[in-house]
Amino acid sequence: MLDLTLAEMARGLTSGEFKSVDLVRGFLDRIQQRDADINSFITVTGDAALEQAEAADAARAKDDVGALTGVPLALKDIFCTEGVLTTAASKMLSNFVSPYNATVVEKLNSAGTISLGKTNMDEFAMGSSNENSFFGAVKNPWDHSLVPGGSSGGSAAAVAAGLVPAALGTDTGGSIRQPAAFCGITGLKPTYGRVSRYGIIAYASSLDQAGPFGRSAEDCALLLNAIAGHDGRDSTSVSRVVPDYTATLAQPLDGLKIGLPVEYFGDGLDAGVEQAVREAVKVYESLGAQVVDVSLPHTQLAVPAYYVIAPAEASSNLARYDGVRFGHRCDSPVDLEDLYKRSRGEGFGEEVKRRILMGTHTLSEGFYDAYYRKAQQVRRLIRQDFLDAFDKVDVLMGPAAPTPAFKLGEQADPVSMYLQDIYTIAINLAGIPGISVPAGFVDNRPVGLQILGPHFGESHLLNVAHVFQQHTDWHQRRPEQYQG
Amino acid sequence: MQWETVIGLEVHVQLATRSKIFSGSSTAFGAEPNSQASAVDLGLPGVLPVLNENAVAMALRFGLAIDAEIPDVSVFERKNYFYPDLPKGYQTSQMAQPIVGKGVLEILPEDGERKQIRIHHAHLEEDAGKSLHEDFAGMSGIDLNRAGTPLLEIVSEPDLRSAKEASAYLRAMHTLVTYLGISDGNMAEGSMRCDVNVSIRPKGQQEFGTRAEIKNVNSFRFVERAIAYEVERQIDILEDGGKVVQETRLYDPDADETRSMRTKEEANDYRYFPCPDLLPLVVDQAYVDHQRSLLPELPAAKRERYESELGLSSYDAGVLTAHHDTADYFEQTLEVCGDAKLAANWVQGELSAQLNRDSLPISESPVSAAQLGGLLVRLKDDTINGKAAKQVFQELWQRRFEDADQVIEAKGLKQVTDTGALEAAIDEVIAANPVQVTQYVEATEEKRGKMVGFFVGQVMKATRGTANPQQVNKLLKEKLDALL
Amino acid sequence: MAIEHADVLRAAHLARISIDNADADRYVGDLTRILNMVDRLQEIDTEGVQPLSHPLDATQPLRADEVTESDQRDQFQTVAPEVAKGLYLVPRVVE
Repeated sequence: MLDLTLAEMARGLTSGEFKSVDLVRGFLDRIQQRDADINSFITVTGDAALEQAEAADAARAKDDVGALTGVPLALKDIFCTEGVLTTAASKMLSNFVSPYNATVVEKLNSAGTISLGKTNMDEFAMGSSNENSFFGAVKNPWDHSLVPGGSSGGSAAAVAAGLVPAALGTDTGGSIRQPAAFCGITGLKPTYGRVSRYGIIAYASSLDQAGPFGRSAEDCALLLNAIAGHDGRDSTSVSRVVPDYTATLAQPLDGLKIGLPVEYFGDGLDAGVEQAVREAVKVYESLGAQVVDVSLPHTQLAVPAYYVIAPAEASSNLARYDGVRFGHRCDSPVDLEDLYKRSRGEGFGEEVKRRILMGTHTLSEGFYDAYYRKAQQVRRLIRQDFLDAFDKVDVLMGPAAPTPAFKLGEQADPVSMYLQDIYTIAINLAGIPGISVPAGFVDNRPVGLQILGPHFGESHLLNVAHVFQQHTDWHQRRPEQYQG
Repeated sequence: MQWETVIGLEVHVQLATRSKIFSGSSTAFGAEPNSQASAVDLGLPGVLPVLNENAVAMALRFGLAIDAEIPDVSVFERKNYFYPDLPKGYQTSQMAQPIVGKGVLEILPEDGERKQIRIHHAHLEEDAGKSLHEDFAGMSGIDLNRAGTPLLEIVSEPDLRSAKEASAYLRAMHTLVTYLGISDGNMAEGSMRCDVNVSIRPKGQQEFGTRAEIKNVNSFRFVERAIAYEVERQIDILEDGGKVVQETRLYDPDADETRSMRTKEEANDYRYFPCPDLLPLVVDQAYVDHQRSLLPELPAAKRERYESELGLSSYDAGVLTAHHDTADYFEQTLEVCGDAKLAANWVQGELSAQLNRDSLPISESPVSAAQLGGLLVRLKDDTINGKAAKQVFQELWQRRFEDADQVIEAKGLKQVTDTGALEAAIDEVIAANPVQVTQYVEATEEKRGKMVGFFVGQVMKATRGTANPQQVNKLLKEKLDALL
Repeated sequence: MAIEHADVLRAAHLARISIDNADADRYVGDLTRILNMVDRLQEIDTEGVQPLSHPLDATQPLRADEVTESDQRDQFQTVAPEVAKGLYLVPRVVE
């Protein structure tokens, strides 16, 4: 029962095979037994979840339900949840009980899902390994000496370890797709604007986007159905019809045109990862797809542009943490400046401070044009690369990350850590959707195939991913110690 | 040496929207502290701004009223700095692409000539909260009710040459924004605030001197006094061979002086960049045209019409149009009574004197325009005489009656025009004053003209003021002259 | 473009983050390496390219001017470090 997909769970609930309360109890037990090893949760809301489960079962008895009523999941601790600690894995917010709900949380509540708690992450979503958390690093369920990826590492690890059937994360430069790849699960970053950002603690506003982790593309489709849509509280959310993402999952892939960006198969790509990805592409060829090489000529500029734009936005977004209205406040400030400087100096971790300083510097007088303006110009060129590519092909495919999961503590240098995101970061700059699906292993470490589509092409992406999962079983593999 | 003063004004006008510029909180003045500070106004983690349509509409109407260029696209930027009344650590404002471009405002300084003052631009931004210093054991209290109130900042070119011109500019601005209905113009409540840039230069010199910015000068009178003080100060410095420092100064109305604000802080570096939470604001021609159609008759046009169509003096037209409430009252009075000069005299005379006495704004006049108009109708059609009219006005002021006709009826103020009744009264007066009659008969022609006044007075008294004085005069002369 | 000790101190002050000299030295090292990586941007000619602030070519939506928020002060202030009489308290603001 606990190892079913969301879709299967929903069917079991509908048929009365089991109850929501059974599911919630089962998962809470697992969290209690297993999470000490991987540290994927910051807060577990067991009592509230059980109450909600009882309500969901009652609603099911009255037939007053949606597809996901009574299904448990977890939320990255970046989604504001009313009455629940919401920390962004920062000391700064380690005492912050949100007085309101994110729009996504409201939508999930009305869809009837049940949150089991808030998952660990890199502080303020800044990181690619989930080592930058005030609450400690998250371990990869496949091998506890490995990172789960980041920044949504807790969500990915919790799903991979079977502590929840699905979870939500956010992706600013790869923070859903890379941990999905490292943990051997499916993770979707929707088009910028497809899912409301209201109530999601901001890192870089023009790049942040929420999305689902699941055991399958179908589960991601079910969750996207629940969370996508226009929100009057988010000026950047798009008012565009939300299709039923499950309706087109099984469409055949005859004639699908796949582009392989040559820049995504160059130096620095692990040979085992490349092999797994090319094998996956062959599966598509066998299903009737055509494969061509394409070029995204500005790929090498994506990481540099991102590390100007994201820190600049972050330096401003994080200015509200000043020890005045909420969050950490230093002891006995002697004056206002002392209050600000010590509260922020104490409340933010190392990587967050590094990015705030970086962003503050590049926005300052005399540097703006050389850095910020230049990066925004390059951003346009990067987006154009994708628009041009999608004139020729339906989807792009490549690795989600250059290597499989690396060791905890292995990437000590910030720049080499940043370069881990080389295949995911441009997608956020362009605002297009991307999904990572399990596509094999290198030394027992999962490999993710990344599939990219044009703006608002989620239906097609999910279709392409789903059909692959109908013909492969990588997504059904579990870490040995977390089976059953 | 002869010095010339150069002044530019930055006027912040609080727009009279119901809700804030980026949130649905009320903008009402005087509420309990922080009771109108929503999640968005507080800058809670995760919140996002959505722009108020009415703020845009009001800014555009202002732009159209000053004949300004209206750009197709304007952009919100973030101005980054830390201050306790600035919850997010940045103010959302406009910089490179404001909503209103170059325009012009005509002013009429006291004892001066009309002058066109160029407006550099006007932009939308959010107001900050307030710091309160009393009563908290050495701490300040922050009230964020005002945070997020929409402001239109109107920046003039340095076209003003004297304190009188500056205050005339401020008055003209006040008149305009209240006409447009985009602000209540209540300076005591901070609805209109002003920063003044002042410099001096030797007369005839082209280049500008070093300027000082005087912050937050919030009344017409203070603007004049602050500038007068600051000009003297700068002249003293220069004539002593010193240099004016470019700095921000504060006007202290109690001491009647400006003083330097602490310049300990480094030159500010606001790190403006486009707000990633707000998209470019595009206004199309149809929307601009619609706003144009909503413009009321503007002060200059109204003044012109009062002179040319209504035949009022330039002085009267100026006084009546200085406040739209006065103009509205005048026009409503005129509509009822049909006599512009009579209405103008009464609005500026009896009404204005009584309002002053009771310290009431015209909008709270106990005598409505319709009541005054009705009174003037009765004056014009000779139902009552001037003296009775004043009495009627007083009765209406006391709110004892609903209209002039009621007063006239109840108080018996109707003029006696019945010749028979008047003749009887005159006969009585003549019979009762034989001494004066004899004096009259014996007097010279010239003296007799003056002496008739005595008899008129007696007749008026006998008729309790209801007689028509002209008619009495005529009949009296006939009767007395018959005795010669 | 190189970043110096003074630049880091200045950024830390603008960002109101307390750092000591040792921190500053470390950040000089980190930010130098990051900026060297970022400097690859300078290799490409972007003359005439419009900066892109948002990934979609969308324009700002407008909200009707309606009061939709009610007083939630008590709830919001449960997470505040220090309040009195409904006000947020801070060390005295000097003007």
